[in-house]
Amino acid sequence: MKHFSDLISAIEITNKTNAKIDALVDYLNIAPNKDKLWLITLFTGKRPPRPVKTTLMRQWCMEITGYPEWLFLESYSSVGDLGETIALMLPDPTHHIEKSLSDWMTELLALKPKSDADKKEYVRHAWSGLEMQERLIFNKLIGGSFRIGVSKKTLVNALSKYSGIDANQLMHSIIGNWDINSISFEDLLHGEHINYDNSKPYPFCLAYALEKELPELGTPDAWQVEYKWDGIRGQIVKRNGEIFIWSRGEELVTSQFPELVASMESLKEDFVIDGEILALKDNAVLLFNDLQKRLNRKNVSKKMLEEIPVGFYGYDVLEWNGEDVRSEPLSYRRQLLEELLTSELKHDNVVISEIIEFQEWNELDAIRNSAREFNSEGLMLKQKNSPYHTGRKKGDWWKWKVDPLTIDAVMIYAQKGSGRRSSKYTDYTFAVKKDDGLVTVAKAYSGLTDIEITEISRFVNKNAIEKFGPVRTVKPELVFEIAFEGIALSNRHKSGVALRFPRIVRWRRDKTVAEIDTIEQVKLLITNPN
Amino acid sequence: MKLVKFTKKGIYCIPGKFYLDPWLPVDYAIISHGHADHARNGMKYYLCQTDSKAILKHRLGADIHIESLNYNEPKMINGVQVSFFPAGHVIGSAQIRLEYKGFVVVFTGDYKVKNDYLTVPFEPVKCHEFITESTFGLPIYNWLPEAQLQQQMQDWVIKNQSHNRTSVFLGYSLGKAQRIMKMMEHVDQIYVHSAIHNLNTAIEGSGISLPKTELLTYDFKKEDLQNKIVIMPPGLLGSKLLKKIPNAATAICSGWMQIRGNRRWQAVDAGFAVSDHADWNGLLSAVKATEAEKVYVTHGSQATFSKYLNEIGIPSAEVKTEYGTEEEEKEVVTDKNVSS
Repeated sequence: MKHFSDLISAIEITNKTNAKIDALVDYLNIAPNKDKLWLITLFTGKRPPRPVKTTLMRQWCMEITGYPEWLFLESYSSVGDLGETIALMLPDPTHHIEKSLSDWMTELLALKPKSDADKKEYVRHAWSGLEMQERLIFNKLIGGSFRIGVSKKTLVNALSKYSGIDANQLMHSIIGNWDINSISFEDLLHGEHINYDNSKPYPFCLAYALEKELPELGTPDAWQVEYKWDGIRGQIVKRNGEIFIWSRGEELVTSQFPELVASMESLKEDFVIDGEILALKDNAVLLFNDLQKRLNRKNVSKKMLEEIPVGFYGYDVLEWNGEDVRSEPLSYRRQLLEELLTSELKHDNVVISEIIEFQEWNELDAIRNSAREFNSEGLMLKQKNSPYHTGRKKGDWWKWKVDPLTIDAVMIYAQKGSGRRSSKYTDYTFAVKKDDGLVTVAKAYSGLTDIEITEISRFVNKNAIEKFGPVRTVKPELVFEIAFEGIALSNRHKSGVALRFPRIVRWRRDKTVAEIDTIEQVKLLITNPN
Repeated sequence: MKLVKFTKKGIYCIPGKFYLDPWLPVDYAIISHGHADHARNGMKYYLCQTDSKAILKHRLGADIHIESLNYNEPKMINGVQVSFFPAGHVIGSAQIRLEYKGFVVVFTGDYKVKNDYLTVPFEPVKCHEFITESTFGLPIYNWLPEAQLQQQMQDWVIKNQSHNRTSVFLGYSLGKAQRIMKMMEHVDQIYVHSAIHNLNTAIEGSGISLPKTELLTYDFKKEDLQNKIVIMPPGLLGSKLLKKIPNAATAICSGWMQIRGNRRWQAVDAGFAVSDHADWNGLLSAVKATEAEKVYVTHGSQATFSKYLNEIGIPSAEVKTEYGTEEEEKEVVTDKNVSS
């Protein structure tokens, strides 16, 4: 397992995608083919079900070390990762086991149906025969993700660099149906089990943020204006009866949205359409937060499908019955889209993106400002004669987002992050004034530089009121400007309001806690956006 | 008996009328070692271990009033017998032993139980009351044996050389730097930053021999540094000087590097858990060896470590001090002092 262990070490230390790809290529150059298949399996979320429960692993670790549970938990909160905590706490190995990645995986698969006593014997024997880093890998193989920032896309790019095969084809190959016991690594790479011609996507056409005054765009009737939606930009490909959904990150996400596939199946045409995947209930768009609950699940439960149904707002047509129509003007492609989504399709979860009617540019201001009311994040302006560009091109398409709402709030709780951020306090809870005290309004992370996070972590260490557990209560002193996309009254929140996508804009070192907003001021934002 | 009390200025010896590692100016200060959070400016008189004297003068000024004692060489101060015992933390670091009317208190300052083959190894001292640090007082901190750690670091340098890369180690100027020098001795030529170089000169001035190094000047020739080893203080991570080094592979050397999250936090190429503090088992073995009736736990994981000691039947309490709670903070502060 040495090569695999070296690979993990090399990947986890860097935050540069290219360095990760190089490390993966190095591994592909030396590893046995069977191990490479396991690498793909593990890094694409196709891992087999966990053979040993985490609670058991915790319990065995405490038995071996003799440490009380509170000390185990205190250590866990410092490390931020269970498998790593256990690997660090266990005593030095008494012997050394050397096995390949595929041998370990085969054994772990066989372990699943065994009794807890057998599992315990196996795991304890492995723990006492592995060095710290290997023990960590072993614990990770049992379950949980590696959390080392290797997306499917990164893996696919590495496989492409190694083999010279087109990355999107590889994406289809590794996502496609294959069984580790009945396919060779070479056949998998060459896509013997798939028909890539059916799935091949096009590069997305992307827009820049509007950087001029509207009248400078020319006459209003040369432009098509639509609402901008905050979901997952997606491409639905239907060819020869097969349906594929690609995300903008060039990942195949077909299996995550069975209801979209079902709606598309009834269509006679072959096509490639561009649009937005959204959580859509009773013809209204839900928050991105809701959509997020549906993402990256291995299986979408029936309950999930009912609670958060997913829909698709169609923007554009790229291919029509086998013919690439991207160079045709938008007005023509729009006709095709209308034909497909309004006349032919009879499912209300796949709808066409509405065109906003207007005569003069100045009418758009008010429309944009009210976009937030139905969870749109602004407007899209597209030249009617524009082709479907490859990538980001200036001039033909513009996005014009609503300005975020902002408040000044004080930090009152801090919590350590996970993964790369587990050593610092990166997740904060903010409060505004209420009567003589404070009331929590938002939890946010990101938006700060590493240097600021380090400085804040130092403040937290010095000003923490409670020292046990992962959350630190801190002296209300640091003031931050918090931006958010929407605000609504809420009974579930102590403050009485719920903020949508709160994030830190900047650290207001110039402000003291006396200058933060009051909850009354925050509530005023509900009726008076901006 | 109450021989010491914990005051706003530092740890005070009542009958002796002196302070141990005080953080505010006092008349008489006994200093455990030369790190900035233990040896501060503004004391009228300093007492330290012989090998620390040159370091303190270098850092606090040549004109300080300072006296020194060898290890295990007692001195009576107002009826209290004061003596130093090796702490194994950095060169000249000492545990301070106080004896008054048969009652013994030992203050560790900072210490390391593992032998680094450079500093005089830690020596356990029996006492009634033991005041211990707890920087790495969690069972997740267990250091590799020195030889194994050295092997890993040497392998890293050799791997870098095979890619024509210069290996840059970031480590605190006093202690860590000399230890890395020792670990890299005979591997290849070692260049050190001026903060480390000046400290080395002071240490060598008191008769201690260190591995051979070159001074890293700001106008170095790129080809001279190619494939070599460079050691600089951690505060220089991201500095212009570091960026000037061609094809550099950087590694942070610190006990905190034991945790993956900490290694990944900094944009460096490697992290080695090289620490000048005792690890979890080191702390426990040191505490047990003293056979103390009461253990006071200072800076680090004091809440956790003291709670655990109480649970295993060793009466313990945590004490708030001004000693660095985070090694990195200490390093940044000290390096500013050095360069000024």
